[in-house]
Amino acid sequence: MSRPGSEGLLFQGKDWDFGTLRRSYDAIEAIAVNDLGLDTYPNQIEVITTEQMLDAYASTGMPLFYKHWSFGKHFAFHEAVYRRGLMGLAYEIVINSSPCISYIMEENTAAMQTLVMAHAAFGHNHFFKNNYLFREWTDAEGILDYLDFAKGYIARCEERYGEAAVERVLDAAHALMSHSVHRYPRKRRPDLRSEERREAERHRHREETYNDLWRTVPTGSATSEIKFSEERRRALLELPQENLLYFLEKSAPRLQPWQREILRIVRQIAQYFYPQRQTKVMNEGCATYCHYRIMTLLHERGQIDDGAFLEFLQSHTNVIRQPEFDDPSYGGINPYALGFGMMQDIERICTRPTDEDREWFPDIAGSGDAMGVLRDIWANYRDESFIGQFLSPHLIRQWRLFHLVDDPDSPELRVEAIHDERGYRHVRRVLSRQYDIAWQDPDIQVTDVDLAGDRRLIVHHHVMNGGLLAEGDARQVLQHLADLWSYDVVLKEVDTASGILLKEHTAQARPVFF
Amino acid sequence: MNIVDRRLNPGGKSLSNRQRFLRRAKSLVQRAVREGSGERKISDIDQSGEVAIPADGVREPRFHRAPQEGVQDHVLPGNKRFVAGDTIEREPGGSGGERSAGDGGEGEDDFRFVLSREEFLDLFLEDLELPDLSKRRLATLETKEFRRAGYSATGSPVNLAVLRTMRNAMSRRIAMRRPKKHELAGLEQEIRELEGQEGSEELLTQRRNELSHLQQRSRRIPYVDPVDLRYRRLVPVSRPIAQAVMFCLMDVSGSMTEHMKDLAKRFYMLLYVFLTRRYDNVEIVFIRHTHEAKEVDEEAFFNSAETGGTVVSSALREMQRIAAERYPVADWNIYAAQASDGDNSPEDNGACAALLKDEILPICQYFAYLEVGAEETRMPAGFIGRRTTLWQTYKPFGDDGAMAMRRVTDRREIYPVFRELFQRGGGDAEGASL
Repeated sequence: MSRPGSEGLLFQGKDWDFGTLRRSYDAIEAIAVNDLGLDTYPNQIEVITTEQMLDAYASTGMPLFYKHWSFGKHFAFHEAVYRRGLMGLAYEIVINSSPCISYIMEENTAAMQTLVMAHAAFGHNHFFKNNYLFREWTDAEGILDYLDFAKGYIARCEERYGEAAVERVLDAAHALMSHSVHRYPRKRRPDLRSEERREAERHRHREETYNDLWRTVPTGSATSEIKFSEERRRALLELPQENLLYFLEKSAPRLQPWQREILRIVRQIAQYFYPQRQTKVMNEGCATYCHYRIMTLLHERGQIDDGAFLEFLQSHTNVIRQPEFDDPSYGGINPYALGFGMMQDIERICTRPTDEDREWFPDIAGSGDAMGVLRDIWANYRDESFIGQFLSPHLIRQWRLFHLVDDPDSPELRVEAIHDERGYRHVRRVLSRQYDIAWQDPDIQVTDVDLAGDRRLIVHHHVMNGGLLAEGDARQVLQHLADLWSYDVVLKEVDTASGILLKEHTAQARPVFF
Repeated sequence: MNIVDRRLNPGGKSLSNRQRFLRRAKSLVQRAVREGSGERKISDIDQSGEVAIPADGVREPRFHRAPQEGVQDHVLPGNKRFVAGDTIEREPGGSGGERSAGDGGEGEDDFRFVLSREEFLDLFLEDLELPDLSKRRLATLETKEFRRAGYSATGSPVNLAVLRTMRNAMSRRIAMRRPKKHELAGLEQEIRELEGQEGSEELLTQRRNELSHLQQRSRRIPYVDPVDLRYRRLVPVSRPIAQAVMFCLMDVSGSMTEHMKDLAKRFYMLLYVFLTRRYDNVEIVFIRHTHEAKEVDEEAFFNSAETGGTVVSSALREMQRIAAERYPVADWNIYAAQASDGDNSPEDNGACAALLKDEILPICQYFAYLEVGAEETRMPAGFIGRRTTLWQTYKPFGDDGAMAMRRVTDRREIYPVFRELFQRGGGDAEGASL
């Protein structure tokens, strides 16, 4: 390693100013573009204080959000924990938007700021821009404007209909939020920018076509005579439907237009965050791998000194620490560690493959172009498929992974497979399945409703492996669902394999919205 | 790339969310605050502090699987001795060392967070109100402030409303058809062109006449005229302050034990916090008495020890004197709170009753009598063991809406009693029935 004098250094010591940030950014950008071939949204780096970081935590990291008590609750919680010294704050928060906004804390040292920029402004940013899930499900250009619209819309609703009324809708919508995403690709890309315009159009259309006479027209006999076939009825309502808020927004019989719009807003935001849940390992792995490469290159080229590099290594190793299962500090698999480990392993497979690697990964072993392979992976996989395809025997051995089955019907826990020849594929399959959102989240669908009859909404939970819903929460969420639907709701927990009804919950609508 | 310094942005973005949260969890937080304040020292009562509320009350429910149900798969790192097919004994009370990642919720633990001083006091003193503040008077201390009140045609030059003035000037110019600059310039230009040409004398004269006419008109109609001038009008507005005076009366004779004084002190401190919080202009007069009464400052009131007999009427008389001297009934709402162990010289009772009836109660909005008992005499709530002299003396007035009596023997009862006395809407009737 050549050792140039201090003239090549981006900074010395821990202090930084905006000139330092800019110099570091330029140096990082040069490496990111020329050496790693990253393709990013334009960056916006925002320096914030601790208090602002806590604010950002409370609103799921977004710079602006509508108002709701639950954010206040999270803020109070984080604040208390932080004050007691139980939790350090994140060094950065990055937002999937264009321009991509990265928050960095003013307390970080110069070395940390460099690390954070490499991590967030290039690693995460590249992932946001290129990963297929984000491209398909999120609209980075529109999100900030949309949040602005959402915030304003909800504030206006509060003015017109009262805070309490809006809060009730939001409470109910938040409870259903986790089951209000479209999981399968749609025909067109989301376009959040046009959302505001579309709301205005819907509103205008309602006003233009409003005719008070319709109120006086006798209803009933004529239409209710027609008996739809069950099939037709479901088809009209797009049933079965797993996006609960979408269903309510379109079909709930008694909601006001503004209530539907709020459901829509919550649903859009849930959809925006949906890819993040599916790509935790890859996203963090990508960012960690990028910052590691960039910082190492900066050091090799004499742009940061040994002190800064050691400081970086210290926090880097903290981030990728993976305690073993019998360690008291074990809290599940660390996504940073797994992602970074796998990506380094892929680099190794591309550049220094063993025979085993050639057998397992014939497409990439020895290809030499690690960055090309990684960029392709970052663009086209999510956690589940990424692990299912690229977790190598080498890494399984290194981590000494094993699969343990906990069946409540058997008296003992059973080790199903370990890191040996017979177990590699098994361990890999099980681990990959654990990152499959469809496998983790209960599968809940609206299956039927007789709009012409008693309007009772029938919702099914397809139970896998006997995993029933947590009763207390399920009852509360169901109550919210019933309130929005405004008629009775029944939730049936049905075993997927046998079709047997395991449990049934019912809820009656309370007159809270009308 | 942009670097933006957001550090100077106004903070407190979460403030309104926080208020919403507090409002939402109000009953829970309030209970926590009350319970918490029982353990606190009164002097710490207006500090910020951590409170814990049951997590259930502010739960955000989601559909999720019950954590321990069904078959669970775990992939764990760090295998040291297992081979495929091994079985492991379950550790009692769970799945042993192989804890699952948990249900992701906040669990059954209490939800803990920190309340600021204001939030704490707000919740603590919620629903409390001085009994009657109907007699609002314009206080002598009231502040006068200037408030904007439209525009006027006269005023001092510093108050000139430029925008309004220019608007008036412009509308006047338009109305009077003052020639515009470019019209004049165009005409001059035309004249210059005509001067160079032959055979256009007639037109030239006509244009020149026109120009001189316009110039004259432009001179006659000024750009800004004194009639356009407008000044910001400021009128003095006096802000009425509802003012009240609180008399704190306390027996400091030898029969008052430290414990009793402590109780009384807590009651007054609570009162003090309450008053200074609720009302802008509240004066407090401290009167302590043995066989004679004296007005003292706060420090001496609580801390200095005196010995002597007990003549309650002396304190009442002192209060009456001070009220007459400094706090005319017409201008002040008068409240009094008396703390005593209930002892009084037997020969003084008659005087006390007469004073109270004829002098004190008529001028008072509210008179609270707090009888503090010794610790060992603590009785079941609501049961008055021993009728003290003073209690019996005051009893006949207890029916009056302006008078309330309570007995306290333990520090923990202070707050409930205080609350009862000052509850919004008044607990007077119940107070009297005791």
